[in-house]
Amino acid sequence: MERVPILKIGQVLLVSIQVDLQDQTVLALQEDLADRIVRTGARGVIIDITAVDIVDSFIGRMFATIASMSRLMDAETVVVGMRPAVAITLVELGLSLGGVRTALDLEKGMRLLGAPLPAIGPGAVDSP
Amino acid sequence: MTTPAGDSVPIASNDDVVRVRQLVRAAAAAAGMSLVDQTKIVTAASELARNTFVHGGGGSARVEPVVNARGRAGVRLVFTDTGGGIPDVAQALTEGWTSGGGLGLGLPGARRLADEFELETEVGRGTTVTVTKWIR
Repeated sequence: MERVPILKIGQVLLVSIQVDLQDQTVLALQEDLADRIVRTGARGVIIDITAVDIVDSFIGRMFATIASMSRLMDAETVVVGMRPAVAITLVELGLSLGGVRTALDLEKGMRLLGAPLPAIGPGAVDSP
Repeated sequence: MTTPAGDSVPIASNDDVVRVRQLVRAAAAAAGMSLVDQTKIVTAASELARNTFVHGGGGSARVEPVVNARGRAGVRLVFTDTGGGIPDVAQALTEGWTSGGGLGLGLPGARRLADEFELETEVGRGTTVTVTKWIR
């Protein structure tokens, strides 16, 4: 079974799902995240599903579970990068993901959490 | 209607559920289905494959390209298990009803995502679910 890596950026834990999710991987991710939130005192969790081509009821329930669980541990969850075809399918499946915050991309998700964005770009390093 | 022999794969683990999704994705893409319809049929397949594994105690999935009388192409999926069967089909197809810890969206959700849905079940003998999605 593959495990999904959890990265830490400041006060935010970033989970970028790059594998075909099987159920055991999903359950392991829930546990790993709960553990990391407690150990790091993170205030936010971002789940990036840009590379995820389907969300079924089991995966959708994982988002809702992670959101509720992290809220209990004083962290906000945002799911980012949902593909249009996935959103259309989720609605037809009957899964509204109520209670889960979403943002179009990682940058908007970071903003939603009030996390500072890196200022690396042309001139950013040298500007006063 | 022509139904060329499709690939049949076992569903005996969580990894097999993932493999079925990949197989259905390839078949839907090969049939020329739109990305949205591919996503719908793969999602339906994921729900049904999980049911076969978790509730049916394992079984198999057959994925086959089909063409109807008017020449319309599509993909048909047949999920078969020899598990305990479904005692109350109407209940199993009810949104939100669950026999396990799920959301109760598996069967009704898969039915909505497909164009055709057929369920045969016998208590103590097993269940076969057949879904078809046609190209728009």
